[in-house]
Amino acid sequence: MAEDKKDIDEISGVETTGHEWDGIKELNNPLPRWWLWTFYATIIWTIGYTILYPAWPGITGATAGVLGWTSRGQLAEEMQAARAEQSVWLDRIDQAEVTEIAADPELVQFAVAGGSSAFKVYCVQCHGSGAQGSPGYPNLNDDEWIWGGSLEEIAWTIRHGVRYEPDFDTRFNEMPAYGRDDILSRQEISDVAWYVRQISGQEYDEEAAARGAETFEIECSACHGIEGEGVPELGGPALNDAIWLYGGSHEQIVAQINNPQMGVMPAWGERLGETTIKQLAVYVHQLGGGQ
Amino acid sequence: MLDQTAVEKLDVEAVNAGAKASSQPLYAARQKIHPKRAEGFYRRLKWIIMAVTLGIYYVTPWIRWDRGPHAPDQAVLIDIANRRFYFFFVEIWPQEFIFIAGLLVMAGIGLFLITSVVGRAWCGYTCPQTVWTDLFLVVERFFEGDRNARIKLDKEPWTASKVSKKTAKHAVWLLIAVATGGAWIFYFADAPTLAVDFATGQAPFVAYGTVGVLTATTYVLGAIMREQVCIYMCPWPRIQAAMLDENSLVVTYNDWRGEPRMRGQKKAKAQGVVPGDCVDCNACVAVCPTGIDIRDGQQLECITCALCIDACDAVMDKVGHERGLISYATLADYNHNMRVATGEDGKIDPTRVRTPDGGFVDRIRTFQWREMLRLRTVIYFSAWAAIGIGLLVALGARDRLEVNVLHDRNPVFTQLSDGSIRNGYTVKILNMVAEPRTITLSLDGLPGATMAINGIDGEPARSFDIPVAPDKLRPLRVFVAQPPEQVQPGSTGFSFVVEEDLAGEVDVYNANFEAPED
Repeated sequence: MAEDKKDIDEISGVETTGHEWDGIKELNNPLPRWWLWTFYATIIWTIGYTILYPAWPGITGATAGVLGWTSRGQLAEEMQAARAEQSVWLDRIDQAEVTEIAADPELVQFAVAGGSSAFKVYCVQCHGSGAQGSPGYPNLNDDEWIWGGSLEEIAWTIRHGVRYEPDFDTRFNEMPAYGRDDILSRQEISDVAWYVRQISGQEYDEEAAARGAETFEIECSACHGIEGEGVPELGGPALNDAIWLYGGSHEQIVAQINNPQMGVMPAWGERLGETTIKQLAVYVHQLGGGQ
Repeated sequence: MLDQTAVEKLDVEAVNAGAKASSQPLYAARQKIHPKRAEGFYRRLKWIIMAVTLGIYYVTPWIRWDRGPHAPDQAVLIDIANRRFYFFFVEIWPQEFIFIAGLLVMAGIGLFLITSVVGRAWCGYTCPQTVWTDLFLVVERFFEGDRNARIKLDKEPWTASKVSKKTAKHAVWLLIAVATGGAWIFYFADAPTLAVDFATGQAPFVAYGTVGVLTATTYVLGAIMREQVCIYMCPWPRIQAAMLDENSLVVTYNDWRGEPRMRGQKKAKAQGVVPGDCVDCNACVAVCPTGIDIRDGQQLECITCALCIDACDAVMDKVGHERGLISYATLADYNHNMRVATGEDGKIDPTRVRTPDGGFVDRIRTFQWREMLRLRTVIYFSAWAAIGIGLLVALGARDRLEVNVLHDRNPVFTQLSDGSIRNGYTVKILNMVAEPRTITLSLDGLPGATMAINGIDGEPARSFDIPVAPDKLRPLRVFVAQPPEQVQPGSTGFSFVVEEDLAGEVDVYNANFEAPED
């Protein structure tokens, strides 16, 4: 093998690497020796690192490392630290009545944040990510509350659910199936539906509504109120306004009287605990419609 | 008569001369540099700049500036926790970072300007690496003496005297390093409080960590690594090549009057040889903090500290030549003078630059101040000044009251029981003065609409008085509802207006009100 000839740059007198690009050559200046030492230092660092931390792969897993560090363990530590930090607030929320929480701006801030994240886990499946609801599932942003919109009432509803039989204190009512069970005739049901459209300020059939008014007073006013203003104590929704859980067209109203749909909401009290229930109540209450 | 022998030839060689050996190793050990003390104009200038820059660095955090009871009274404070930057009468919020960015751009262009005019003046005079290295050298000289004494000491065996000198030197170096790191943290918290906390062990861990890291970097980079940082670590020596041009002032050895350099000039003259002005005493090499020989021309290692100018001027005074054998000169002037000095044989002939009575011939060019004024420097300066004026104008005209609005995305609107349409907004009122203020938030447009605000009592209205804490942002959940008879389908524009009567400040945010399309 022939020895490569050393190529010396004329101007600097320094050896080049022998590579040339369009006449440009690279000088092969010696590297400073301390630079080499830093390289050795990184190697020594590596040895220490692989001893202290998990590093070498094996058949069933990697070496554990002398420090016993794991990413899972670190997460657990961080979670614990976060919990410890939150516990100050959670304790205060635990001690306070839901109305007391709402009166303290600092607690409200924490409760709204906590309630918001709990809502996104447990409630959005039915009520929607913006609590805007959908047909059959109430919108929690508006100002109509079937079971009452005060902080305590909201907390109660979350705690015990609606028509949730395992919970003794659940919100419960049942609307008779006026058509299915032949309590009212088809004609009467249609007339009442026209009347409901009248009191809710929609277009209606005057004659039919006049007939329906009488039936409404006898059959419906006990739960929905004389004027159809709703009876939250009984969970009778207001009918004289613009908000409809199952739709406000004549056809939809007829369908609901004929064979009512009645939603069920589970009781969350035991599952979530009182602290989370309070935070959820404060969160829902401040969405814009709380009373 | 001149006595050439009065100038001793120093035993010194440029550190980068070794690279010129024909066979070179892969790695080269660092050659220790023992810079000799220089005296003269540039050395004095560097002392002054060192005193001023170190003074600014150490004193600034302790300057007080009264901003009233609701803001810190530290003149310069970077308050990271509260995301505020205080600089005397200026307070910067995070969204006003454009001012800092502008200053950084100015610093960049300023560096281009300075470099194109006077070369690497930043490196030579004001770079912290240079200033601290200079300071560490002062300490070294105090304990170990000047160049020759230090060389001798390094060669000595480890006697008690040597150990004590070295220990004292490193101890003082470490003290300086700790003070350097220590001063840094005071820019980020109330200095007097932090000083007490730091001394009593009450300061946050990050304070001790920062001091530790900066102590280490100051000691390692400034005291130990010195010129190695400039030569191997810093990118600026590479960048500067693109910034310099033939009209930039750089530290230059003027071959045209120095060559042929020789010792024993009297003897040479007697033999009919005409020597150049350089007496080859190596004083320029001995004082160089990066250990190079400026007579080899412009080099990447040269930080243009100009100490070789001082050293050479002293020698020129001694031998009776004009000062300026090494001087700040432009490449254009240098090239011109070299053409004058070079004879037909390609060698420098001192008789070509000298008149018979000893002065320089008229064709020799020297630097004229107006050479600094050229297209490139004018453009740099204009850009620099324009940004500066722009920043000042923006600073004078900026708002101290602002409103930002975010429309709820989900739900976009909500229908209420009476048929009204309601939109939710997050309204952020920024009270950017250090006084509590009552800000009036009102609606402009959107007939019939009223707003209700979470946490603010009162019936829905078109206007609310909102108390906002000093120097704080207050976020509000605002619900705007419009009665059904006035709702327009789709999107309708309106404005949130914030007003403060005392200062007469107003800010407007143009928002949209969303309603069903049908």
